[in-house]
Amino acid sequence: MALLEVRNLSVDFATTSGTFRAVDGFDLTLDKGDITAVVGESGSGKSVAFLAMMGLLPWTATITSDQLTFDGNDLRGISPRKRRQIIGKDMSMIFQEPMTSLNPCYTVGFQIKEALRIHLGMDRKERHARAIELFEQVGIPAPETRLSAFPHQMSGGMNQRVMIAMAIACKPKLLIADEPTTALDVTIQAQILELLTSLQEETGMALVLITHDMGVVAETAERVSVQYAGQKVEMQDVRSLFATPHHPYTAALLAALPERATTKHLPTIPGVVPGQFDRPAGCLFSPRCAHADERCRTVAPPVGGPELGFARCHYPLNVAQEESV
Amino acid sequence: MLNFLLSRLLTFVPTFIGVTLISFSFIRVLPGDPIIVMAGERGMSEERYAELQAQFGFDRPLLVQYWDYMTGVLQGDLGNSFVTKKPVFDEFFALFPATLELSICAMIFAVVLGLPAGVIAAINRGKLFDRTLMSTALVGYSMPIFWWALLMIIVFSGWLGWTPVSGRISLIYFFDDVTGFMLIDSLLSGQKGAFSSAVNHLILPTIVLGTIPLAVIARQTRSAMLEVLSEDYIRTARAKGLPPSRVTYIHALRNALIPVVTVIGLLVGTLLAGAILTETIFSWPGIGKWMVDSIYRRDYPVVQGGLLLIAVMVMIVNLTVDVLYGFINPKIRKS
Ligand SMILES: Nc1ncnc2c1ncn2[C@@H]1O[C@H](COP(=O)(O)OP(=O)(O)OP(=O)(O)O)[C@@H](O)[C@H]1O
Ligand code: SF4
Ligand SMILES: [Mg+2]
Repeated sequence: MALLEVRNLSVDFATTSGTFRAVDGFDLTLDKGDITAVVGESGSGKSVAFLAMMGLLPWTATITSDQLTFDGNDLRGISPRKRRQIIGKDMSMIFQEPMTSLNPCYTVGFQIKEALRIHLGMDRKERHARAIELFEQVGIPAPETRLSAFPHQMSGGMNQRVMIAMAIACKPKLLIADEPTTALDVTIQAQILELLTSLQEETGMALVLITHDMGVVAETAERVSVQYAGQKVEMQDVRSLFATPHHPYTAALLAALPERATTKHLPTIPGVVPGQFDRPAGCLFSPRCAHADERCRTVAPPVGGPELGFARCHYPLNVAQEESV
Repeated sequence: MLNFLLSRLLTFVPTFIGVTLISFSFIRVLPGDPIIVMAGERGMSEERYAELQAQFGFDRPLLVQYWDYMTGVLQGDLGNSFVTKKPVFDEFFALFPATLELSICAMIFAVVLGLPAGVIAAINRGKLFDRTLMSTALVGYSMPIFWWALLMIIVFSGWLGWTPVSGRISLIYFFDDVTGFMLIDSLLSGQKGAFSSAVNHLILPTIVLGTIPLAVIARQTRSAMLEVLSEDYIRTARAKGLPPSRVTYIHALRNALIPVVTVIGLLVGTLLAGAILTETIFSWPGIGKWMVDSIYRRDYPVVQGGLLLIAVMVMIVNLTVDVLYGFINPKIRKS
């Protein structure tokens, strides 16, 4: 049985100007030990999809899905109490902004030990020993003294290591890293990614890496899911995705990457992800797609088969190439 | 820490001088003359009036009078009351415990009700409790104190007969001042019923004086909580699988307290101003009533000295709040 099975997940936000669909039919299957990247521009619903699985969305969100199971638990009708036994323990998440994601009023030691007490019921001594062990594991120097530091006394990179230590504290089966390096310096970014992959190897947990950076994907993931305007538009193994992207959006993302630099914006794709008020009819990518025609603008494209990387496109790319292989 | 305290103490100097200047001129700007007031209905002869003026030094230029006054103040001498002839200093500290007791009770009342009310309103944002509380708070905040006090007296003392109308304790009890706090002294006296009488006398003034701080604290707590609850670290706390009560009271409230404590510090000034009215209405023998009485009597030294001592008290409280603030906010403590 798959560790995480998500079928047709949609999230609607109630806003003052009507409902807004931030995630539209998201699918994902994860097995134990998988490393999957979820890629997409800002606003494509990556964070919202995973916050929905964690149950961390505000009450304005309506979540619907055909299937949402994690480790044998159906997350759809789960009681808050049961969910709290899962999140932070078997399924944990780290966030984009390490400087604001830790509570400024408490020492990092307090914040990491808290999870150990709640989920594992460790006593004071065990918690202290385990916290030091975790700090060592994520490469925080002088762990004993660092435990009593406040978040504002440490750098962004160190805080992100604390976040990672906190997330892996209870040996989760799945770690969701939501743009864990976006807010960090380039040199630190590489260190954190390396840490995440080595921890994954060590512990055998499944890892979801949410990013908008194709360069990060190439270095870390095994499988890539490309997300656009709330929809999954393509999913393939890393290597074949880089070699033969089937969806024009994926192709455009890759084209934006000749220098493999970490550009935050994707300069070669004109326009932006449609928001609440400018969702096009037909293919959501059609206003920005170089291959768009009348059909694209009026008819929503079907989801392709696995040989097409599930590409949601009327005219998938690299098809002949694929067949000739 | 020592540096911090010293620098804060330095900023008190201009405030201190300002308060002496204002209190000195304020009472003299008021129409009326202490000597005429003292003479009362009988009036007095021109010669006697001139004699008294010379005795009190009113015949000298204002600047000289101020200089004399300041010389005294710096030596710790606030002068004697015109009316009772007793040192202002002694009178103040004889009455201050009564005001302090009332103010502390009012503040406890405001904090104990205001903090949880604000927290619950924030958690139930937009729901019935929140909307009811916020409109009630607005009414409480804009209510004139004397009107509110009279209303309470009419309902609880008049119609229901539950609480006494004035004073600190029923006249049948007699015991010595030990601490100056009626609640403590009545207990120490061991007299039956003394403590409950003291409590009964405290209830209405406490509610009246605590109403505005209660409204302010509830609203401030609510808005601080709303802001904190949308912070990233609250999401982190929830992502750890912590129970909602822990997220609210350990992770959110602690941060929300930082602005609330500042507001509580600022409320001390409001509280003392409110105490003047409240004490007058409830005949509460504290410095508020004492100040009002001495303004009517044009008792210059009492008004000047009283205002100055009140200002010093407010400054001390604010300093305490600043120090406390450092304990709550780790970012301040270290830098
Ligand atoms: N609480 C909310 N209420 C209303 N709309 C929201 C809410 N949270 C997110 N959205 C909207 O949902 C859409 C998807 O947001 P999401 O944060 O998932 O994007 P993302 O792909 O993670 O982008 P980024 O790379 O910027 O993190 C955005 O248009 C965003 O404005
Ligand atoms: S369906 Fe048309 S517009 Fe959409 S991605 Fe494919 S080619 Fe482009
Ligand atoms: Mg995001």
